[in-house]
Amino acid sequence: MELLSILLEVTTGTGLAALGAGVAAVGAGIGVGRIGDSALASMARQPELIGDIRANMIVAAALVEGVALFAIIICLLVVIA
Amino acid sequence: MLKNNLTTNLLFILFTLVSGIAYASADNSAHEESSETVENHGEHKKKFNAGEFIIHHISDAHEIHFFTLNEGTETEKHYSISLPVIIKDENGFKMFSASNFYHSKKDIEVKGSHKHYYIHEDFVMFEEKIYKTAGEAVIVFNEEGKIANESVLDLSPTKSIVGMFITIIILLLVFVSAAKKYKENPNSAPKGMQGLLEPMILFIRDEVAIPSIGKEKANKFVPFLLTTFFFIWIANILGLVPFLGGFNIMGTLGVTMVLATVILIMTSMNGKSHYWSHIFWPAGVPLPIKVILVPIEVISIFMKPLVLMIRLTANITAGHIIILAFTCLIFIFGQQGAGAGYGVGVGSVLFMVFMYFIELLVAFLQAYVFTLLSAMYFGMALEEPHH
Repeated sequence: MELLSILLEVTTGTGLAALGAGVAAVGAGIGVGRIGDSALASMARQPELIGDIRANMIVAAALVEGVALFAIIICLLVVIA
Repeated sequence: MLKNNLTTNLLFILFTLVSGIAYASADNSAHEESSETVENHGEHKKKFNAGEFIIHHISDAHEIHFFTLNEGTETEKHYSISLPVIIKDENGFKMFSASNFYHSKKDIEVKGSHKHYYIHEDFVMFEEKIYKTAGEAVIVFNEEGKIANESVLDLSPTKSIVGMFITIIILLLVFVSAAKKYKENPNSAPKGMQGLLEPMILFIRDEVAIPSIGKEKANKFVPFLLTTFFFIWIANILGLVPFLGGFNIMGTLGVTMVLATVILIMTSMNGKSHYWSHIFWPAGVPLPIKVILVPIEVISIFMKPLVLMIRLTANITAGHIIILAFTCLIFIFGQQGAGAGYGVGVGSVLFMVFMYFIELLVAFLQAYVFTLLSAMYFGMALEEPHH
């Protein structure tokens, strides 16, 4: 009985929107983490290109964050009408 | 002669802006709450509602609100510039100051939550949108709690529009003065504002435009890319200045939608036959895959500017929300007790300053990413077939 009422609250309330925002944060974290990983590895292999690699890493991170923020906007739209 | 033209133009723009704002008149009078609710909680300070606070600060408004002294008490004083409201209904155009709205605030209970609205003559403003009054009841809601009044055509200069004009004035002042110096002594070493702008302009031309579009055709697009880049950058920075009324220019979907539409139009108009042929009948692709691929390609013509729009709006709005949330944290804890408020205040302010640095980086980065992607889309449209 309690399980049913919890399920009802999650599906019709705004709980799922908060869950979606959390999953978007996980997606952003994984994406930017992978970018940082490969950028640091390539900086270690070729230290003379550190400046170039850093600039490209930041650009790629901005693009990946854009996708995560897309999901945030959708979750916000669920909560606010 | 060039100097006379520039001065005259700027004075004209300034005069129009100032007269428009002066008509609206700076709002210094004491602001009484004329509340009609039956229930009187008997408390002077309303409970702090973080969600409403944040939404109110990131959305567009009809006034530029600087600060409020003695909030919640009898001697509340709002310091703000009320902007003119220009609306068109079937009777024609009406123009009045928004202070008429903001001086007559009425409370109402909608689906269990307290909201308020503003009323003036035949019009009612609810959540910064203007509607016509619905007869006796003034404001009516349908079953879902959404407002069901008739809406009017709202052409008023709101906070974001004034912010865009301020950005334009800053851009004109900075760049026209630097351009004049280039015209007067073309062969002298740059100094002053020239020295600040030259590396940035060369950066956009050499690192963004030429690699994406190609050396021969880049010059046609460099002025547009420069304008986009600096407009978005300065608009973002304007939104980050504290106490300036909290502009959220690039956070309004309308502004970024127009920018994205301009990119879409420019890409489509400059598309060569090679570009269109690759979208509608891609070469070297078997027929079953072509059936799936062509709709995806057609949708992507519109998706690319759409994603540009959402990326810019979401990044700027999210940054403002984070800064506001750290500020709200102080007030939420302050409601429990003054000591808790001060304690949280120290850490919260430090985090907020840190987030401000990140937001300054994001202001530049989002302008750069928008410009870079636009240059890449132009480059793809102008690509020569390589045989």
